[in-house]
Amino acid sequence: MTMLSPEEWEAVWLTLAVAARAVAFGLPLAALTAWVLTRYRFPGRGILNALVHLPMVLPPVVTGWLLLLIFGIRGPIGALLLDWFGIRLVFTTAGASLACAVMTFPIMVRSIRLALDSIDSGLEQAARTLGAGWWDRLVNITLPLASPGILVGGIVGYATCLGEFGAVITFAANIPGQTQTLPLAIYAALQSPGGETKAAELSMVSITLALIGLLLSEWFGKKLNTMLGR
Amino acid sequence: MSFSITLTHRFPSVRMDLAFEVPSPGVTVLFGPSGAGKSTIINATAGLLRPDICRIEVDGTVLADTASDTWIPPERRRVGLVFQDSRLFPHMSVATNLRFGMRRVAPGSIHFDEVVDLLGIAPLLTRRPHTLSGGERQRVAIGRALLAQPHLLLMDEPLASLDAARKAEILPYLTRLKTALSLPILYVTHALDEAVQLADSMVLVEAGQVVAFGAVSEVAARADLPLARRDDAGALLLCQVSENDTPRALTRLEGAGATFWVPLLDLPVGTNCRMRIPAREVILASQPPEAISLHNIIPGTVRQIANDPTRRSVIVEIALPDGGLLSRVTPDAVAHLGLSTGTPVLALIKSTSIEVLGQ
Repeated sequence: MTMLSPEEWEAVWLTLAVAARAVAFGLPLAALTAWVLTRYRFPGRGILNALVHLPMVLPPVVTGWLLLLIFGIRGPIGALLLDWFGIRLVFTTAGASLACAVMTFPIMVRSIRLALDSIDSGLEQAARTLGAGWWDRLVNITLPLASPGILVGGIVGYATCLGEFGAVITFAANIPGQTQTLPLAIYAALQSPGGETKAAELSMVSITLALIGLLLSEWFGKKLNTMLGR
Repeated sequence: MSFSITLTHRFPSVRMDLAFEVPSPGVTVLFGPSGAGKSTIINATAGLLRPDICRIEVDGTVLADTASDTWIPPERRRVGLVFQDSRLFPHMSVATNLRFGMRRVAPGSIHFDEVVDLLGIAPLLTRRPHTLSGGERQRVAIGRALLAQPHLLLMDEPLASLDAARKAEILPYLTRLKTALSLPILYVTHALDEAVQLADSMVLVEAGQVVAFGAVSEVAARADLPLARRDDAGALLLCQVSENDTPRALTRLEGAGATFWVPLLDLPVGTNCRMRIPAREVILASQPPEAISLHNIIPGTVRQIANDPTRRSVIVEIALPDGGLLSRVTPDAVAHLGLSTGTPVLALIKSTSIEVLGQ
């Protein structure tokens, strides 16, 4: 890997940072969404469920374009963010993170939902009869038991973020050092004449990172499950 | 120390409508076939199921009352519940499981060391729930419920998922518990052997209704109840060891106002115990037989006679001075002896067919 140029290293670090931010913000929200979807029946639940899963089935370009519409400087949320906090998401590193978070959200929600579904609701009932209130049960029973799913969701989400392309390039554009993550850098390299070597090097990095992510999630999942006695 | 419940609830298949009251500490067994509504009573009392109409009171505290729109949530009821499937928290050690409820209430009269000792779970404290056997798991679950300092303990078929050996391992602990703690216990089971060993009083539930309620010795000795039509029907008498006759290898027991001889027991004089006399082992006679190997010839009066057409037999309930016995005989025997309500009769019981149980 010593043959990577400083710009290439920059793309690698940027990718890792963008993915980390996407998971840091996306995962808690994904956990909350998964919990609401598994534990509550309310009007509009079907719509929420569909919305959450939409990025998984939509062409990523469409997701990116929708993000532009909503979070662009004239979009309903984008305008507010700019007015109130001076935050601009479009064409920024934060915007790349947002695009990644939205794209990987369904994967994280699914993983956490599976974990929540596998928790015996009888355990929460038992905790109730032992004097544990709502918050107490969530913190001491539900979350620890769902932790393998949450962690695996986080790792798989992170690994998927590393590969996000369509939504990121549409919403955050391809700015080296700011929004040019690995896949975007690979694409840019392929577009420029004689860039095949660079593309190959970056692809190797990409493959290595993806593999590490998958192996880690497998290993952590197993370890946590043994800790929980499963 | 009292518990009372009035409950009406409509399920798709059965309508429950019942009321009963347990006045004192001790074990009240809710007995009846599956689907009779026993678990509904338990879940409503714990607060996990909200019946259409109910009023539940423990120790003068109203836990639920539809009329005044009172519904205390389960976490504030101070009602312990032991589930059939133990439901230990898999991510905590046995000790942490035990302390879960204890940490959430003010210190009470039930102490950690006492419970651990009573249930024999000291060697398990550092273990994880998934490494325990079914019987051990259930003992921990009982300890965990007790340490939450409940005012009432509910046990929903706690031994139903265990095999006979494991059951036999836990029953003595439950008997000890019952005497060591003055706590009302509501115990659901459909196994007669558990009921007769543990019950002080008994509530018979069938198809959502209370069929009978009373002291276990009264309920077990009634010929008109479905209980008497079981193959293993029999009276249950509370008794006391009054003499150990070592040379003859016999023990004399006093109970229900009568005297019984059984093969020598390992219990000191004065020990309280209970004996179970299966109905099919009780022979009736109108005159005392002579030259017979029998030790127990108990005089009584016929209180009632009930038919059991499925077994082509009748159940005769015999009144003793302070209790009763059941005898399963043929209709022909009833006719032959001329038995009817009020007839004096002798109950002949082999000393070896009396089963003596712990207190």
